[in-house]
Amino acid sequence: MTDASSRQPLIEIAGVSKHYGEGETRVDALRDVNLTMHRGEVVALLGPSGSGKTTLLNIIGCIIDPTEGRVTLDGERVYDDRWLRRDLRKLRLDKIGFIFQFHNLLPFLNATDNVALVLRLAGRTAAEAQARAVELLDYLEIGHRKDAMPALLSGGEAQRVAIARALANSPRIILADEPTAALDSKRAGIVMDLMRKLAAEQDACIVAVTHDEKIYDRFDQLFHLRDGVLDH
Amino acid sequence: MNLAYRDVRHNLFRFVLTCLGLSLLMAVVLAMIGIYNGLVADALNIVKAPQADLWVVEADTQGPFAEASKIPGGTRDAVIRLHGVSEAGSITYQTVEADHAGETLRLYVIGFEPGRPGGPQTIAEGRGITQTHFELVADRETGLVVGDRIRLGRNSFAVVGLVEDTMNSGGDPAAFVTLSDAQTLQSQLAPPAQRVQVARGAGLLESADTVAAVIARLEPTADPEDVARTVRQWKHLGALTQAEQEAILLGSVVDRAKRQIGLFLAILLTVSAVVIALIIYTMTMEKLKQIATLKLIGAPDRTIVALIVQQSVALGMVGWSFGLILILLVKDAFPRRVVLEPVNAAALAGIILVVCIAASGLGVRAALKVDPATAIGG
Repeated sequence: MTDASSRQPLIEIAGVSKHYGEGETRVDALRDVNLTMHRGEVVALLGPSGSGKTTLLNIIGCIIDPTEGRVTLDGERVYDDRWLRRDLRKLRLDKIGFIFQFHNLLPFLNATDNVALVLRLAGRTAAEAQARAVELLDYLEIGHRKDAMPALLSGGEAQRVAIARALANSPRIILADEPTAALDSKRAGIVMDLMRKLAAEQDACIVAVTHDEKIYDRFDQLFHLRDGVLDH
Repeated sequence: MNLAYRDVRHNLFRFVLTCLGLSLLMAVVLAMIGIYNGLVADALNIVKAPQADLWVVEADTQGPFAEASKIPGGTRDAVIRLHGVSEAGSITYQTVEADHAGETLRLYVIGFEPGRPGGPQTIAEGRGITQTHFELVADRETGLVVGDRIRLGRNSFAVVGLVEDTMNSGGDPAAFVTLSDAQTLQSQLAPPAQRVQVARGAGLLESADTVAAVIARLEPTADPEDVARTVRQWKHLGALTQAEQEAILLGSVVDRAKRQIGLFLAILLTVSAVVIALIIYTMTMEKLKQIATLKLIGAPDRTIVALIVQQSVALGMVGWSFGLILILLVKDAFPRRVVLEPVNAAALAGIILVVCIAASGLGVRAALKVDPATAIGG
């Protein structure tokens, strides 16, 4: 396990609550959640369906704003009045990488272009983006499938391409939604080992929502959520 | 990296199929424009063919194309003596049905005086009329060929030449005969009731030497308005300049067809806009998850808007191109002349461009409302 205490906090969630609706229809998705995650850590958000895991992931990912509380990402406080939607999108582009349960690769781009797209959006030239994308695919041992369209990739291959895309812009934070749910246990283990390696090498924090008990031992910290409340 | 192009390339078959469907609509739009142009061109060809400066017609009438005009045949001699007139010729127009090769042929028979204004300008095949009687120069659309014989009234005419693109506003191809033959034909085809009256000796026997109009060419220095004013001083005659004649034809004869086709065009363009909007909306709805992913990984709105608008414009432009090719391939098979000018095609391209951009608004609105959380199932 990583010695988190010696590292600088990368994600700080302080007193975060999120509710939907008002009055009788009010649903409290999160209640006074406090947690800190550090560079190089791989942490899991656990809990049954409806416990608030995805809501917390969305708040960390600058997708939805909390009703109350403070969120600080890489030393920068987000969700105060000065943030506009386009700023949050730019923040996501610069600092956050996403890995999805079903990889969510764009079906009309090949593996290399799916990865290169993030770099192009970040303002890199086509040549730079292509070179970096191929480099990442090679690093994830999927370089031989760089020209393949997503429909022709296996589940494991597609997930590696998705990881390469998440890493393309060297983000500080990588958020993963059930990253191993669509994989068998062997491939799930490989993906988790890969994520741990990446967290260490890139000095990034990986936050994963998962139900997969087989991989619990691969995380540095486990955060349990129940009815929107964090059990430590 | 152009996402619209990549998406189209990925779904090429479906895109091409959609474009083909749209192109049929475009082809219909272009056909309607072409038919209208053909209508105007045919109508104006007949008026322009004699290369007249002035039309002398029956007083208080709008000339031989808009309503019946009948003036004495001798009017030409009076007109030619007017100051400023260099040439004049009498002319008649009548629509005749004749049997030929087992089919009924509708002809727009033009009687003219050989050697004077009013005859065919360019002979495409064969020769012009050289005999005083029973020779005919026909438009190629009649289906007649040089050497054919056709019965008009009680006489048989030899086809000695062919012309092209000479029809009236109703689409009836022209047949030129000498003025005297046309006058004879007119009396032979007069309504039976009139012939009965004539046979009974009732009423005055109308002179056969009447013409529909006298067309005049003026000296280069002559003012058509001045000459027309002089003609109008004769109480039984009216005069129209070439410009007035064309305006009357377009205003009265072609105007209703123009409005009819114009309305139909507006409906077709509206249908095209709705179809494009629905196609783009459907294409966008199918891509909502991908759009959510794009938003999530940080793509700005302009990237997403460009994806939708570029596809919409590509759809419209490819549909327009296919439609244009289609109509150019089949236009000669239409019973009426279809005239497509480059400016028409360009104008439609401009309209389609605007329609596509407007139609993509629905898709853009749906795309911009997509929550990026959708991409992670939240």
